[in-house]
Amino acid sequence: MRNYRKNRNQLPAISTASLPDIVFMLLFFFMTVTTIKSKTLLVDNDLPHASQVKSLDKKDRVIEIIVGKPNPKLAKVVGTEPKIQLNDKLAYVNEIGPYVLSELSRKPENIQNLITVSLKIDKNVQVGIVSDIKQELRKINVLKVNYTTYQGNDK
Amino acid sequence: MNRNREIPEVNAGSMADIAFLLLIFFLVTTTIETDVGLDRKLPPKETTPPPPIHERNIFRVSLNKKNEIFVEDAIMEMKDLKSAAMAFLDNGGSPVGNKNHCNYCMGDRDPNSSDSPSKAIISFNSDREASYGTYIEVQNELTAAYNTLRNREAQKRFGQNFVEMEKAYFDPITSANAKMILKDRIQEIRDMFPMMLSEAQITTNL
Repeated sequence: MRNYRKNRNQLPAISTASLPDIVFMLLFFFMTVTTIKSKTLLVDNDLPHASQVKSLDKKDRVIEIIVGKPNPKLAKVVGTEPKIQLNDKLAYVNEIGPYVLSELSRKPENIQNLITVSLKIDKNVQVGIVSDIKQELRKINVLKVNYTTYQGNDK
Repeated sequence: MNRNREIPEVNAGSMADIAFLLLIFFLVTTTIETDVGLDRKLPPKETTPPPPIHERNIFRVSLNKKNEIFVEDAIMEMKDLKSAAMAFLDNGGSPVGNKNHCNYCMGDRDPNSSDSPSKAIISFNSDREASYGTYIEVQNELTAAYNTLRNREAQKRFGQNFVEMEKAYFDPITSANAKMILKDRIQEIRDMFPMMLSEAQITTNL
């Protein structure tokens, strides 16, 4: 009787044996839904939303062009006008052609005509710079583009 | 020398710490990437002069610098754009007997609007100062118009949505045989409502 009572007063230790399982589950979730950051963004990149989207091709068949206003730290140096980011640096419109061609030549030959250019453009940018980029792409005959957006309807 | 024969239990208490460490590492180094978007094909640089197109077969959409949408020179709200584009594409104005006659169109058959979906062209112009967000919204609405019509025909013929057919086609799980069938079906629907969205030179307001 006494023994039994003593046991009830003492709180049993909570088993933490399943904690690793929970954390591993989270870990695997994040490992599957995310991708490793390939480049640091130098510009704001708040993409527009669209509902009628198609998913992009495989990662190795995509060349990215990022456009947006420079982030606050850079804005002091380069101003607030929208800038184009290619790979890890800011560039001018006339550098797009050579950049895309050099990226293209690095891809295996059998997929070179399947390359899509993903245009990651901030929604607050004006259309003018976008059309300049498209003109540059037409000049070098890379015609498949994808206006990369977020999925959904909200603005 | 009375050694304990039982294997001592391995302490799993630090396992959680290791897992957390890994978790935090992945949280920091990765991003949730968007890999969706609207696909477009740019027109080639040197185009042969286009064959003359009748004005009734062109649906003119333009976006000015105040982000207002004009359809055939009349202002229009974003929410009406899709239905207006659909009415235009699905009109099927050519009479029965004409080679352009469209027997699957369900529109008004207005002789002053497009002849058939294969003739209908949507021309989208944008001012340089318009915002890209609105530009994408318009693109999205126009794509939605095409997709709705294509879905309708695909549903009627094959009992399946066009968008789903396309998704299945690009899905690596789908078997080769199923892909062959899908490919023909997708092509058939695409021929019925070819996507002709012309983005002529963007206008500058001087």
